[in-house]
Amino acid sequence: MSTLKIKKGTSKHSAYDLKDPNADIIETHTLTVIVTNEAGVLARVIGLFSGRGYNIESLTVAEIDHEGHTSRITIVTTGTPAVITQIKAQLGRMVPVHEVHDLTEEGPSVERELALFKVAGHGDKRVEALRLADIFRANVVDSTLESFVFEMTGTSEKIDAFADLMRPLGLQELARTGVAALARGPAET
Amino acid sequence: MTRQMTGAQMVVQALIDQGVDTIFGYPGGAVLPIYDEIFQQTEIKHILVRHEQGATHAAEGYARATGKPGVVLVTSGPGATNAVTGLTDALMDSIPMIVLSGQVPTFMIGNDAFQEADTVGITRPCTKHNWLVKETDKLGDTIHQAFHVATNGRPGPVLVDIPKDVQFAKGSYVGPQQADTKHYAPRVKGDIDAITALAELMEKAQRPILYTGGGVINSGDAATQLLRELAKATGFPVTSTLMGLGCYPASGPQWLGMLGMHGLYEANMAMHDCDLMINIGARFDDRITGRVDAFSPKSKKAHIDIDPSSINKVIHVDIPIIGDVGHVLEDLLRIWKSRGRKTHKEGLAKWWTKIEEWRAVRCLSYKNSETVVKPQYALQRLEALTKDRKDRYITTEVGQHQMWAAQYLGFDEPNRWMTSGGLGTMGYGLPASVGVQVAHPDALVINVAGEASWLMNMQEMGTARQYDLPVKQFILNNERLGMVRQWQELLHANRYSHSWSEALPDFVKLAEAFGAKGIICSDPADLDDAIRDMLAHDGPVVFDCLVEKHENCFPMIPSGAAHNEMLMGDASTEDAIDTKGAVLV
Repeated sequence: MSTLKIKKGTSKHSAYDLKDPNADIIETHTLTVIVTNEAGVLARVIGLFSGRGYNIESLTVAEIDHEGHTSRITIVTTGTPAVITQIKAQLGRMVPVHEVHDLTEEGPSVERELALFKVAGHGDKRVEALRLADIFRANVVDSTLESFVFEMTGTSEKIDAFADLMRPLGLQELARTGVAALARGPAET
Repeated sequence: MTRQMTGAQMVVQALIDQGVDTIFGYPGGAVLPIYDEIFQQTEIKHILVRHEQGATHAAEGYARATGKPGVVLVTSGPGATNAVTGLTDALMDSIPMIVLSGQVPTFMIGNDAFQEADTVGITRPCTKHNWLVKETDKLGDTIHQAFHVATNGRPGPVLVDIPKDVQFAKGSYVGPQQADTKHYAPRVKGDIDAITALAELMEKAQRPILYTGGGVINSGDAATQLLRELAKATGFPVTSTLMGLGCYPASGPQWLGMLGMHGLYEANMAMHDCDLMINIGARFDDRITGRVDAFSPKSKKAHIDIDPSSINKVIHVDIPIIGDVGHVLEDLLRIWKSRGRKTHKEGLAKWWTKIEEWRAVRCLSYKNSETVVKPQYALQRLEALTKDRKDRYITTEVGQHQMWAAQYLGFDEPNRWMTSGGLGTMGYGLPASVGVQVAHPDALVINVAGEASWLMNMQEMGTARQYDLPVKQFILNNERLGMVRQWQELLHANRYSHSWSEALPDFVKLAEAFGAKGIICSDPADLDDAIRDMLAHDGPVVFDCLVEKHENCFPMIPSGAAHNEMLMGDASTEDAIDTKGAVLV
């Protein structure tokens, strides 16, 4: 259980506590939410985050069980421990939500993201881009005489690192899917 | 068993199967097929309101006065958008309500059709759940699910949006028994270990307090009885939020009065100084807590709530118990009794001595006048002249009059007090009184109002007249937005920006224009007779009570202050502290 730490700082001039009383420790958590795949369910989840002022770092969604009409939403969010607990409680009480799991808290998990990088250039830069792509185990999925599109799967940090390297070498465009994640081991989340 | 019928027939059949006898609504193009079915049946009474917002508040009043869900029927577009305030109000105050809205035909959705609005999109954040039904075959099932969701777990409003072609088309109807409601089953039984831990704390507590809320009333009559039994058996003092008034009787010996921003001194002081706070069906609202870092610093806190997201949202508690108040109190009483019904007798006796000292401050005293009706006096007289009526139901608008009503009127039973707490909706009280009177045609239903709030939905006097609903509109008229004025005085150096109206109607003539009786009273000496006139009249009454224009509502926990830093009224503080608006303690 996380503890709620209250800081001083209430405005004397408002009925409302305008400052976030917990604005001290910010954590990043990966949540996986199993929902009924019905119209508007993603809007509900996103609306909860925007309406209550929670952060979304990344969000992915797709149907995972066609027969059972269920989808998995993977959300990477940041907040204080109290806010993270509140996010899980708010998600959990939504009618179409079946399960909420905090992969960050529940044990080891694997997190992967897929990204496409369009890199254009000539000469040494082009050679260097291809060499680095090889080191990062990115695949070339499109090629012209002056450009490549690389495909890479990995953690968000790995994709960030590769993007940083490609920028001076002619990175034109970047597309990322957001994080998909599962708990390690045989048990179902 | 499934039966073939049109979507419109399904709507009526589903309502009948859900035991609905009354709905509040307003027709329009996109619900004509449903209105046609309503025309051809006799089991459901339809109350035609004058504005869809009125329908939602009437349904809220009906729901709170009966414990049954309120049902509303509106058309597409403006019909649905006008229901948004009532939906939000019901969401904040956990009122079970089902709104059925018409929608343009499925093949026109998204075309900006006449009276089209994205109703499920607009109402998504202000309902517990909502549905757009695109196939007639799913309509019956969806309506039954809607009732299930609205009334189970923490109650709340839901909306079912029904396109016009779905209403015309034939399909298979399923009854409530066959409906798919299994997936939504909030937990009602509390964790036994946590309940036992609370029972242990109760045995040792020297300064305990029961902090009750609307959840007790929502849980039902059994919960109210269990709360009263718990209070009686333990001897613990009881306070309540605005929403929970009546769950413990105001005439009971352990009653401290309402707590919070305009709560009673003894209630707030007891909350601040207690060593065990048992929150039963309340949610640590900001009107209750005041400054959170100074909220009841010395206490262990237990929180009984059916909504897991209420736990640790505002105040960190030591013993969270997720469950229905009735179920949890039953287990708590059983466990506490089986452990020997122990309390800390000595500590409790000292605690009550302390509470009596706080009571002796008489925080509700005020300077009365022989020339002007003081709003507090008006409510004291209303209380004196009506408190013996077991069938008295009070609704309110929002503002100073609402807080005075909560302070000066006593409720001995639940479901007798209907007010907009969380959202603070001006214009709630008149339509709510209509809804209550529909539910209890022979009862005494009084809307304690301010003139500004009352004007916001005064069109519902037409509804009252049409259905012979003898609602009494008791308007404390200070020609001001009193609460706004009070805050401008306290926080904005008396700059009364737009907080008064220079063009108020003649309320007596207005009453007569609606076919109601109008009464005006400005002299305290005439007040009792005028109230008796109001009570004696068999029909709707608008009572224009001209009151002191500059009265402030006290006690008051100023914003950003703690429970033990209450502002008191002039009369009660002039002996103890000489400067106006001084800070106690």
